[in-house]
Amino acid sequence: MVSGRSDSGGGRRDGRARRMPTAVKIVIAGGFGVGKTTMVGTVSETRPLRTEEILTDESVGVDDVSGVERKTTTTVAMDFGRLTFRDDYVLYLFGTPGQERFWFMWDEVSLGALGAVVLADTRRLSDCFPSVDYFERRGTPFIVAVNCFEGARQYDLAEIQQALNLGPKVPVMLCDARRLDSCKQVLIDLVLHAMKSRGLPALEPQGA
Amino acid sequence: MMPPEEPGQEPWPQDPALHTPGHERIYDESAGPMVRPYVMTSGRIEPVHGKFDLITLVVAAGPEPEGPIGLGPEHLSIIRLCQQVMSVAELTGHLDLPVATVRVLLGDLLGKGLVTMQEPEPEADMHDIRLYKAVIDGLRAL
Repeated sequence: MVSGRSDSGGGRRDGRARRMPTAVKIVIAGGFGVGKTTMVGTVSETRPLRTEEILTDESVGVDDVSGVERKTTTTVAMDFGRLTFRDDYVLYLFGTPGQERFWFMWDEVSLGALGAVVLADTRRLSDCFPSVDYFERRGTPFIVAVNCFEGARQYDLAEIQQALNLGPKVPVMLCDARRLDSCKQVLIDLVLHAMKSRGLPALEPQGA
Repeated sequence: MMPPEEPGQEPWPQDPALHTPGHERIYDESAGPMVRPYVMTSGRIEPVHGKFDLITLVVAAGPEPEGPIGLGPEHLSIIRLCQQVMSVAELTGHLDLPVATVRVLLGDLLGKGLVTMQEPEPEADMHDIRLYKAVIDGLRAL
């Protein structure tokens, strides 16, 4: 239904009072090359777009700039996709920058996020530690989705839960970031988990 | 440049907001930026009005204004794109400009009353069950 909220700060000086949808975001995090952009692209109703922020060297902090010695700025990019639900809600999916050192971008994209999906690859499980730590520290509801790459050894979910030292309340599931039905399930599980984490009552199970 | 992972090449239906892909690009990728982003903002790095989260939604208050009203071509591009409701992130993507630049330009437009915006739910207000239900229903219907 229509959100009872009115627009804030904008001021409607014109007569064209348009009702705006409510925008929500979900963060897709994980190590470099784990399939974040693939997942965004699989789910998005439009071709994913890229948003960029330019950093000066000072804001990057301790940094490995081998190969770019003369560079004084760095561009950090995030790919994102969009889903429109009726005309009332727009869901944005943001893939975090491939390296965790760009924390300020993470802060920006995590603020007000409904929740986060941490994508993991069992061949490089430690790559997702920083993401797990980040969302745990920040208190953002998150789930871990293990992207099943071909040729990777299959692990038991409990093993992964243990390896990541996750609390029993953090859901861990398998997924295939290339498949819509799989990504859909990951996102639905995340939203259900986020509701639970925020103390909201469980939804009636879907009949059909 | 910190490249994200390469996106797949699957075709998406044309985004209704874009008549031709890249139409609103201010500069050509191979040529590099013709105008440094801070020139477009007259050196300003913070917007005068508004905060503009990445998912703050923006819509133009009216059609593209005619005649000189102290706006640059980038301002006008934003008004053109914002004939439909659009997020700050989408604007930066379509314009191929850094977020900080788009924020400053949006602040100018907000100050002149040429755009209206809606900030997203603050995190503390993430307790509206309708929001979760709508997202789950929407995902299930995909």
